[in-house]
Amino acid sequence: MASALRHASVERWSRGSSPLHRVDARAKLIALLVFLTAVATTSKHAPWIYAAFFVLLGSAIFLARLPVMAMLARAALVLPFSAVFAAMTWWAGDFPTAAVLVAKSFLSILAALTLAASTPWVRLLDALAFLRVPRPLLLVIQFLARYLFVVGNQVAHMRLAAQARGGIGKSSLSGFHAAAGAVGVLFARSWERADGIYKAMLARGFTGRFPAPQVAPFLARDVAFLCAAVFVTVAVRFAL
Amino acid sequence: MKPETENVIDVRGLRYRYPDGTLALDGIDFRLHAGECAAVFGANGSGKTTFVMHLNGLLRGEGSIEVCGLRIDGSAKADTLAAVRARVGLVFQNSEEQLFMPTVLADVAFGVANMGLSSENAARKAKEALEQVGMAGAAEKAPYHLSAGEKRRVAIAGVLAMQPDILVLDEPTTSLDPPGQRELLQLLRRLPQAKILVTHDVDFAAALAARAVFFERGRIAGDGEIHSIIEQFHWSRGSE
Repeated sequence: MASALRHASVERWSRGSSPLHRVDARAKLIALLVFLTAVATTSKHAPWIYAAFFVLLGSAIFLARLPVMAMLARAALVLPFSAVFAAMTWWAGDFPTAAVLVAKSFLSILAALTLAASTPWVRLLDALAFLRVPRPLLLVIQFLARYLFVVGNQVAHMRLAAQARGGIGKSSLSGFHAAAGAVGVLFARSWERADGIYKAMLARGFTGRFPAPQVAPFLARDVAFLCAAVFVTVAVRFAL
Repeated sequence: MKPETENVIDVRGLRYRYPDGTLALDGIDFRLHAGECAAVFGANGSGKTTFVMHLNGLLRGEGSIEVCGLRIDGSAKADTLAAVRARVGLVFQNSEEQLFMPTVLADVAFGVANMGLSSENAARKAKEALEQVGMAGAAEKAPYHLSAGEKRRVAIAGVLAMQPDILVLDEPTTSLDPPGQRELLQLLRRLPQAKILVTHDVDFAAALAARAVFFERGRIAGDGEIHSIIEQFHWSRGSE
């Protein structure tokens, strides 16, 4: 059901073919870590550095041919959380810290989103494995990503079934009750589904370890991207 | 492949009780020759799926089960279970549960890799199995982007790659449209393995199997030529 996969647009973007998509996931991941470190350690008294970081990220989004407005909208999901802390800080009389809090969280999430939207998540998992991220954590990420679709489809089916019988109206109390019940059923169904998946894994001889990923060669293009990204990020962080 | 007269499955006096005390299987005797195809009929809750779950050690009851000469009982060691699971390819009713790896190729290679093959050999066997089911073109796709029929074929490839002697298919026609069912029928006809079809789809079963067993409240109430079983238990849509 296509409507059920609306939440999957980042995954769809990640299968693009722009120059940024073609760069090795490991190079992009390391560049992201350098960028996040630079953003996190930038002083609150240098607003132009934040502006430069936005320009840098903007060029990456442009290079990846990603939809700018949709990317900004998704990154803005983090704002309600950081805005609460920012508001409290502003209230305490420290406007620069409040502004920087919002800028840092927005830049960080936008950068992570740019990586996720320009890298198929299979490659991203391989890159995380290459950087020695603990295996249990990788498994959790792998299953989380995979079953977002399964649970998402389940939600879409349940919503349709509720709508077909006149449930889940426009934020009425009865709609809230229906939604609360649906969450319970969704949990039970996801639990059953998880049990089924585990049996299917055992049936094909699963012993608790996943096969190791195949490692693709690191090309000159990837080295060039990594050097350029790190150089520009560090230059912005220290030179401006 | 085993000689055609040899029993690849030999079940005697199998009893299984669910943890809540319900008796699900009450003295099952069942044998299957190499290359033979048998349909398993019966009402919902009659014990069909519980029975096939025993055939590769996912459930363990009382009684004796031998698969290709390997005995599965309470004391079966992990390597015996692994050998049994390599010989019995279990295709689940819900393909969604069987496909959990990030790409079609990785999913099909999962079982083979668990058998201890190197990642290159596992990938080669997975590609061969995908070719066998006509899905070679989907190797790099994510499993959740496939149609129901394609998912079913990939799930079958996942067990074919392990080169089993027996295929057990639980409700293989569920959610398949008529062309999908036709393709599945043609595919299964081409496969030389012994097959057990657990199904409510009488026409599909009769097109593939010469023999049927009928489950009733955890027992085998009938075992014989498929059309006479259908007639004896009034098991077709047209039966009075």
